[in-house]
Amino acid sequence: MEFFLITLLNSLSYGLLLFMLSSGLTLIFSMMGVLNFAHASFYMLGAYFAYQTGLYIGFWPALFLAPVLVGVLGAATERFGLRTVHKFGHVAELLFTFGLAYVVEEVVHLLWGRAPVDYRIPAELDFTLFTLYTTQYPAYRGFMMLVSVGMLLALYLLLTRTRIGLVIQASLSHPDMVQALGHNVPRVFMLVFAGGTALAGLAGVIGGNAFITEPGMATAVGSIVFVVVVFGGMGSLGGAFLASLIIGALQTFSVAFDYSMLDAWARLGIDVSPNSLWYGFWSITISQTGPVLPYLLMVLMLIVRPRGLMGTREG
Amino acid sequence: MRHLKTALLFCAAFLAPMLSAGSHAEETVRIAFIEGLSGAFANVGEIGLRHYQLAAETVNARGGVLGGVKFEIVPFDHKTSPQEAQLVFKQAADQGIRYIAQGNGSSVALALSDAVAKHNERNPQKTVIFLNYAAVDPALTNDKCNYWHFRFDADADMKMQALTNYMAQLKGIRKIYLINQDYSFGQAVAKAARTMLAAKRPDIEIVGDDLHPLGKVKDFAPYVAKIKSSGADSVITGNWGNDLALLVKAGREAGLKADFYTYYTGAAGAVTAFGEAGAGHVKQVTTWHSNIGGKHAGEHNAEYRARFPDVSDDLYYSAIRESINALALAIEKAKSTDPGKVAAALENLVFEDDSGEVYMRADNHQLVQPLYISTLVKANGKNARFDVEKTGLGFRTDARIEGKDTVMPTTCKFQRP
Repeated sequence: MEFFLITLLNSLSYGLLLFMLSSGLTLIFSMMGVLNFAHASFYMLGAYFAYQTGLYIGFWPALFLAPVLVGVLGAATERFGLRTVHKFGHVAELLFTFGLAYVVEEVVHLLWGRAPVDYRIPAELDFTLFTLYTTQYPAYRGFMMLVSVGMLLALYLLLTRTRIGLVIQASLSHPDMVQALGHNVPRVFMLVFAGGTALAGLAGVIGGNAFITEPGMATAVGSIVFVVVVFGGMGSLGGAFLASLIIGALQTFSVAFDYSMLDAWARLGIDVSPNSLWYGFWSITISQTGPVLPYLLMVLMLIVRPRGLMGTREG
Repeated sequence: MRHLKTALLFCAAFLAPMLSAGSHAEETVRIAFIEGLSGAFANVGEIGLRHYQLAAETVNARGGVLGGVKFEIVPFDHKTSPQEAQLVFKQAADQGIRYIAQGNGSSVALALSDAVAKHNERNPQKTVIFLNYAAVDPALTNDKCNYWHFRFDADADMKMQALTNYMAQLKGIRKIYLINQDYSFGQAVAKAARTMLAAKRPDIEIVGDDLHPLGKVKDFAPYVAKIKSSGADSVITGNWGNDLALLVKAGREAGLKADFYTYYTGAAGAVTAFGEAGAGHVKQVTTWHSNIGGKHAGEHNAEYRARFPDVSDDLYYSAIRESINALALAIEKAKSTDPGKVAAALENLVFEDDSGEVYMRADNHQLVQPLYISTLVKANGKNARFDVEKTGLGFRTDARIEGKDTVMPTTCKFQRP
């Protein structure tokens, strides 16, 4: 029971972080139809900005400043990069963001080196929140969850209860009409892109010190974020939320299971020894396949239901 | 016209290193440091590079070898990928470099050893020697041994032998959890731990045996939850670099009380991650640490700190100093910098290091040296004088295993040229 509860909490905090990352990506996609390959790079920049500014102004101001900086960079990317490339179609946009991801990684190499930087959890949050049976639950993980849920709530209210949210939703489905009504649709696009990247930046600020801040962190989460978005349904915020939690749980819980095909054979009464055919394959445990499972899930989802869990467009 | 220009540029780019290669060979022995200098293990690679720079500078400061030949360390990045390592080895060889050094990643070392053997077979006039300072998969000096490969660290089996002999005496150990990286070295550690513990302490239960992807896991909390629920009182891990630091960090956050038996706590941030919580609970088996006593260990530690004041890491790899010193001695003995003659001179070479007399086995090219089992404790000015990573925590020797007691039988049968 202790193990189950702790693993559940761990999977929740990981899933919520994934959601923070993928919400921006899915928002941008639903608005602009741009699959932003550089999204995880903004996550990385968030972590590095928070580390760098935190050296001077401390963690708490950096928590706000770093996402803003990332958002400004995102806005500039849209205004001076994507908008120019847009007229050449989606392939050009895709290639643009693809290249951008590499550029960001190299810039990070140049500025901060190839080794991890010492970006730490602030001392105020470095304590045990509560003890469940015998396992301590770190306060910082609680804080991560709090920030993610707060962000989800704020995003939901912004999109459904405010004027700007209505304009965003309207430009999503009827950009020409919104334009005709006198709204500046390109600026709305820029704002959405900035907002999406700022969300990724925020995820970087709180994920960077919980895990590790190094130049490889963008590549490490980059592919999993796409899995979340595809699995949840392109452009669906609710789908991304559900998918994040499912994939978080899948990756966290899979570690726990040491069952392999050997056990299945044994149950059937077939004895497989190390000399048997394909022993290496049979002896792979579920915990070892953990890293592959999300991708497997994505492939299956694309076959069975190409638009994803809650997606509205045909994939 | 444009095509011609591009073609010329390409030729120039490829020829430039070849042209420069000839002119240097007279005054310097260049050693290609082929290591993961980017990616998840970049920090460990950089620590190794600093060690090599210091070791080479020390030899150069005393006048080099053969009355003036200097050592030069040339870094190459293998990105912790065996394929990449073979490519950069080719580059190094094309630049006329005759000595290579590598340690991080036994999978990489196996690929390099193979590449070196093939290269030397095809180019008997341009042979290359491989100095291995940390890749400890036993296969490198057993089934997959090769005449041109010399290992200066003790292999995983030698270390596990020492560790399990020590653990066998500790009656408090009932349940052990094995967690290792999923590649040749991690698998070797897990296998050695299982077989040796079964022979020495059959009453100990192995309650878990996990292999996780190398350098990919950023959150070890799920693994720690698993270790906790298994009820293990001790954990054996061969993890290194961030794989160890993050494991330990997750363990501390969750309040895991188990003792850690490790190979690599002394390097790359693990002690910082343990912090005070690790004092008394973390042990490592190594060829050296700064508190082994004797005349030089403390001095060498101080030299490293003085040379690299801006970094938080400390002297860790004695094997790097040993490989450079052995190379210098072998060059003097052979009166030549030619790897063919130096390799012969390295065999059976006896020399002094901080821990006493060490020698290079001729039958499999494994350095035989004492091993130390040590515990992380608060630095106390006596048996744990020097701390690690400026944490106030340092290693205290629990047991010293003499070199002769670490010697293992070998299956190695290499062809001498």
